[in-house]
Amino acid sequence: MSPETAILAAMAVPVSGAAGIALAHRFPNLRETITVITALSLLACVLTLLPLVQAGERPEVVLFQLMPGISFSFRVEPLGMLFALVASGLWIVNSLYSIGYMRANDEHGQTRFYVCFALALAATMGIAFSANLVTLFLFYEVLTLVTYPLVTHHRDEEARRGGRVYMVYLLGSSMALLLVAVISTWLATGSVEFTPGGLLGNSLSNNEIGLLLALFIFGIGKAAVMPMHRWLPAAMVAPTPVSALLHAVAVVKAGVFSVVKVIVYIFGVDRIAGLSSVDWLPFITGFTIVAASVVALRSDNLKRRLAYSTISQLSYVVLAAALLTPLSVIGAALHIVTHAVGKITLFFAAGAIYTAAHKTNVSQLDGIARRMPWTMGAFTIGALSLIGIPPAAGFLSKWYIVLGAAQGGHWTALAVLAASTLLNAAYFLPIIYAAYFRAPADPEHVHGEAPWLMLVAMAITATGVVLLFFGMEFPLALALQLVQASN
Amino acid sequence: MRLIADHLPILQVILPLLAAPLIVLLRNATLAWLLTVAVSWVSFAIALTLFFAVPDGGAIYYEMGNWPMPIGIGYRIDAASAYVLVLVSLIAAVVAPYARLSIAAEVERERHYLFYAMFVLCVGGLLGIAATNDAFNLFVFLEISSLSSYVLIAIGKNRRAFHASFQYLIMGTIGATFYIIGVGLLYLMTGTLNLADMAERLSAVEETRPVLSALAFITVGLSLKIALFPLHFWLPNAYSCAPSTVSAFLAGTATKVSVYVLMRFIFSVFGPRLPLEALHLFDALIVLSIAATVVSSLVAVFQTDLKRMLAYSSVAQIGYISLGIALNNADGLTASVIHLFNHGVTKVALFMLAGGIVLRLGTTNFDSMAGLSRRMPLTTFGFVLAGLSLIGVPASAGFVTKWYLVMAALERGHWWLAALVVATSLISALYVWRFVETAYLREPVGEVKRVEAPLAMLIPAWIMVIACTYFGLETAYSLTGAQEAAMALMRGFK
Repeated sequence: MSPETAILAAMAVPVSGAAGIALAHRFPNLRETITVITALSLLACVLTLLPLVQAGERPEVVLFQLMPGISFSFRVEPLGMLFALVASGLWIVNSLYSIGYMRANDEHGQTRFYVCFALALAATMGIAFSANLVTLFLFYEVLTLVTYPLVTHHRDEEARRGGRVYMVYLLGSSMALLLVAVISTWLATGSVEFTPGGLLGNSLSNNEIGLLLALFIFGIGKAAVMPMHRWLPAAMVAPTPVSALLHAVAVVKAGVFSVVKVIVYIFGVDRIAGLSSVDWLPFITGFTIVAASVVALRSDNLKRRLAYSTISQLSYVVLAAALLTPLSVIGAALHIVTHAVGKITLFFAAGAIYTAAHKTNVSQLDGIARRMPWTMGAFTIGALSLIGIPPAAGFLSKWYIVLGAAQGGHWTALAVLAASTLLNAAYFLPIIYAAYFRAPADPEHVHGEAPWLMLVAMAITATGVVLLFFGMEFPLALALQLVQASN
Repeated sequence: MRLIADHLPILQVILPLLAAPLIVLLRNATLAWLLTVAVSWVSFAIALTLFFAVPDGGAIYYEMGNWPMPIGIGYRIDAASAYVLVLVSLIAAVVAPYARLSIAAEVERERHYLFYAMFVLCVGGLLGIAATNDAFNLFVFLEISSLSSYVLIAIGKNRRAFHASFQYLIMGTIGATFYIIGVGLLYLMTGTLNLADMAERLSAVEETRPVLSALAFITVGLSLKIALFPLHFWLPNAYSCAPSTVSAFLAGTATKVSVYVLMRFIFSVFGPRLPLEALHLFDALIVLSIAATVVSSLVAVFQTDLKRMLAYSSVAQIGYISLGIALNNADGLTASVIHLFNHGVTKVALFMLAGGIVLRLGTTNFDSMAGLSRRMPLTTFGFVLAGLSLIGVPASAGFVTKWYLVMAALERGHWWLAALVVATSLISALYVWRFVETAYLREPVGEVKRVEAPLAMLIPAWIMVIACTYFGLETAYSLTGAQEAAMALMRGFK
């Protein structure tokens, strides 16, 4: 397969998979088989591109012209490669989990669920590989639209309300701010291409750069930098597999990925390092990290706690990119990967607890580890990774962010990281403690483990968290290329 | 063949005009429909031929009866008029096949042939407006299209349409009268009715009071026909009470053609001679455009009837078009011209789908559309896709417009204006989303049966839905055509 074909296939495979799923709606087993096969084929497509990118090539496809001077085109660079690998790899695991979850909970509209899921992945691949801002923007909006039916899956009043918040924040921020940011970039430079070293050059003044950066940061609502974060807790009304893959991996990572990509390839790390007009970004992300952690600490609903934890962790990535040192940019790229694997494990566990025990709140989890040892084992590993304790992968990405902060002399950032680590521990460790060491509140409520497919999925991601710790060289190599590209 | 090719500009207009009396003579609904479809398709073919035949930076001239231009009536087809010809005939060509079933349900059987006669007459009038180069001839065509559209609106079974049609008749007549007063004043000052000639001779009388009055009369008169805020009150009634086919056709063409005339006068006739900026024409237009988009979008959000909501949305979208004119730069005018096309395609798709809902449910009230996705899945999904174009989501036709409009505003240094454009597009998201929630997320009342609209209506509607997406991605013709049209308008008659 030529690299051009592979890039296009990365979007065509999930789309045709979606069509297949829709056609097979009368045959659930066939339908689910198609989902898994599609997910495997997608990873295969992405993997064929990997050696090229590792070798320093940047395969690209130009499809057609959207507007004069702006083409619909794709180019694979290290960061996009990393993002695509994470999303497509975890989709396979998540598909196994979804099958277990959707069947065990006897959910309605399963065909629509799998169709939208496949389309969401196609949009994610589009975001990962897009070669310019307009192509990125296009897929960014498509991703919002195709995930809306997933968020409102339950079709009740709560789902409608959640869906409204979801659309208002995501569509609103992107239409009102991101679009203006993209057009301003176009007017300032006459281009929208992602350019190694940054596109802006000297086309804008200090203040204009600050303003443009604000438009981008708040326009990319998917990155959930406060105050654009409210959609994420609202999206938790979705079935848990959606929260797991989309609202811990694909959608939110599409947000921070776009932020990092814009900072590295549009602004240029060296161009804006030291500018007074971009100083505010570490502070606002630092605030998001701490504030979201505090809210997480106070949330009794498990999924809501995980959602706020995600908001906090997403700002790690934005903060790392905003520190504008090579090491912190590496940390940003790695944190996209490690948080994805860790957080999906946590959501898997939350969904397993809901499926097997019908429990949604932290306060109900006393002694649950005795009934669901595998689930809580996976949960513990995921939590350790998010706190940043070795040998979980989260430690390493945090390590690079801390190094970057120290390198740049950002003491506030270091303090934020320290505080947030404590807060992370404070909202995860009590759950683990209660699950293992407290007596069950309702001993007569007998339930076993979650369905085996869900356990398999959890086991894979939990193992992944640990393996990633020992196998960090490979994502690190890609992240290094990213930093070299920005210099 | 050569003979026909030479006469394409007049055939474009005369074919539908001649078809009208023929249909009245035929008196048979089916034959009338067949003839309408045939005529509209031929018109579309002619329009496309002309569109590609217009020389770069020039025009195709046609002199009626071989009388040389300033003396006889002349047609002049440049990039801008060809663009409008394609738009009008495209929409006619798609609406005509759709009309049969929709009209059968919404119009008394004995009036069917009259409907088709009026329809082709209206098409002929609208095409004539775009093709002619004569101010009075233009008035005649304006009246032909207006009179036939008054009939079209009132022809259905809906009794409230009489009132709507009468209201439109009064407003439309005032508009046309203002226009002709303006033209009269210009004739007085320049002694010519030929637009090119008129633009030329205005240099001698530049800022005299009659010329300024003419500008005012023509602008206000056309604004009435365009339904520019606050002269829009006739439009929501007319569009929501008219038979769905008529709403679809008029929404895509009637106001659009009047916008073209306004552009023609502002940029080609008056533009080169009058200090329009100093006269605050554009400032006034900016204010009215903003009011149109903001107020009408908000009003649309609170409508309880789908067709009425779409009608108010049209008023709002006209605000975008006039805003592009008001920005008075190349990108702004491009945005206006391309929005004629993009919004035309989008609104026609939406009204056609609404027609399917009227056919099956008998109403477009939001409450009765609860859970519509389970009854009419294809109609509902098409409506959402076209609705996205109304919002201006990327990969939809509406996005291209928004891009150019925001760009034009930023080029002028009007940050706040760019912000307003994106903000109002979010209001349109609100009313589109109201449909989404009603159709997908609410439980249907009564038994759920699949009652999808008939294919004969669904296929034309979906062609337009697909066009909404297609022209958001592939802009080679729609955008290049609009850019050339904008240049042609600004260049005038040179």
